[in-house]
Amino acid sequence: METILINILGAIATFLLAFVVGMTYGGLRRKVIARIQNRYGPPFYQNFIDAFKLYSKNTAIHHGAMHFLGPAFLMVSSVVALMIVPVLTDNQWFPNLNFHGDLIFLIYIMTFGPLGMALGAGQTGNPNSAIGITRGLSQMVGFEIPWVMALVALMIEHHTTSLVDLLNYQTQTGTWLIFENPLAFIAAILASLGMFRYSPFNIVGAPTELASGPVSENGGKFLFVMMSSGSVFAFVKLTLLVDIFLGGAGNLIILLVKTFIIYMIPVTYGAVNPRYRTEQAVQYFWGWPLIFGFAAIIYAMYF
Amino acid sequence: MYYDKTQDRLTEIIKNFARKHSLWILAYGTGCGAIEVPATMTSRYDAERLGVRGAATPRQADVLLITGYLTVKTLKRVIRVYEQMQDPKYVIGFGSCAINGGMYWDSYNTIKQLDLYLPVDVYISGCMPRPEAVLQGFGKLQSLIKEGKADGARKYKDELDYYRGNQQKIIKNWDFPDYNW
Repeated sequence: METILINILGAIATFLLAFVVGMTYGGLRRKVIARIQNRYGPPFYQNFIDAFKLYSKNTAIHHGAMHFLGPAFLMVSSVVALMIVPVLTDNQWFPNLNFHGDLIFLIYIMTFGPLGMALGAGQTGNPNSAIGITRGLSQMVGFEIPWVMALVALMIEHHTTSLVDLLNYQTQTGTWLIFENPLAFIAAILASLGMFRYSPFNIVGAPTELASGPVSENGGKFLFVMMSSGSVFAFVKLTLLVDIFLGGAGNLIILLVKTFIIYMIPVTYGAVNPRYRTEQAVQYFWGWPLIFGFAAIIYAMYF
Repeated sequence: MYYDKTQDRLTEIIKNFARKHSLWILAYGTGCGAIEVPATMTSRYDAERLGVRGAATPRQADVLLITGYLTVKTLKRVIRVYEQMQDPKYVIGFGSCAINGGMYWDSYNTIKQLDLYLPVDVYISGCMPRPEAVLQGFGKLQSLIKEGKADGARKYKDELDYYRGNQQKIIKNWDFPDYNW
């Protein structure tokens, strides 16, 4: 009974950590982009103010049951993914639900949220939402392939589908997988540019073009749920990349340093690149990231 | 259906703080004033440091910017946009055309006075107002929100008959749907 209680408290602590870190990173991203554009920029805690305001707004929109369930799907997907990914290498404070084969489960659950969101946005009847969904699914076809190839290369190399096994291998041997299979890291990072959906891959929620796409009929509390789930999901993706390639993190400070360095790659890449069209984005992912993914698998099999 | 739990003073103060520092604007680019909004948002004047940021759709927006003159045809769209926004919401009338008609004072198909049709919280004068004036207008709106006096949306709900009467007087082909707001 006590272990269950501790696990529940640990899950809540993990969620709060992911929420705070993700929100702060989002604020820092706005600040970094502002400084790149030679502006002063909002304070780093601006996202918390925005989230609280969105939560305190009245919401009198009703488009049917799926419209309410769409943001819930997003949140569920983020939280389940968060529970699978180990936050620290020696897990005492942050328990998780690891099992054998969780890498494959992660590949599935990371696409589950956008699909649920697509159902929810489809019911709003807004044409911009429908266009945004088709764009998002095409883009997902683009970046999922190099992402899966990078993970498959690691699975072949280490004969495991468990995230914890990869993590333990790195802590025991003391080598990071970024040095063992750098091609897989490059493929995963290039795919993560699309997974973060920042510019130039913000074709789903293009604000000036599609009026923010699937989100366009959602205001107030809907937007609050989406914003917090996006923050949690950003934390999940960053922690996953750190766990797989950068040897995990022993304590929170190392985790923050490593995730922030990874996070700055899509942010700075996006700050200087304008938006792609849909077919350009898909072509991008089926170009170099795919070649690096193939090379990573061949490297893992024969070297 | 407006938010009327004003007796909860402390929560209201915290909420007003958040509202004041996070104004998402919907710049309804009607007249020439729309050209001043990019200048206000970009590097030189940088309204984002005050928490002012563009919103893509009426559902997400807090502030409706009426930038310049409104023809009768656009007034109909503006009313629909305003009624789709979620409470609490504010309106900023932008430039002298929204105040008294400006250079269109004798035009046959523009409206002269915006607050007959929509509850305006803040007017920014000028033809056109420079970005400094726009920022000052946002500052005025922020101080009104802090004091809890920016209650245009409440006024609109309370005196809906008055506003509807004025709107229907000038819009001849009135075919508005019923909203669920």
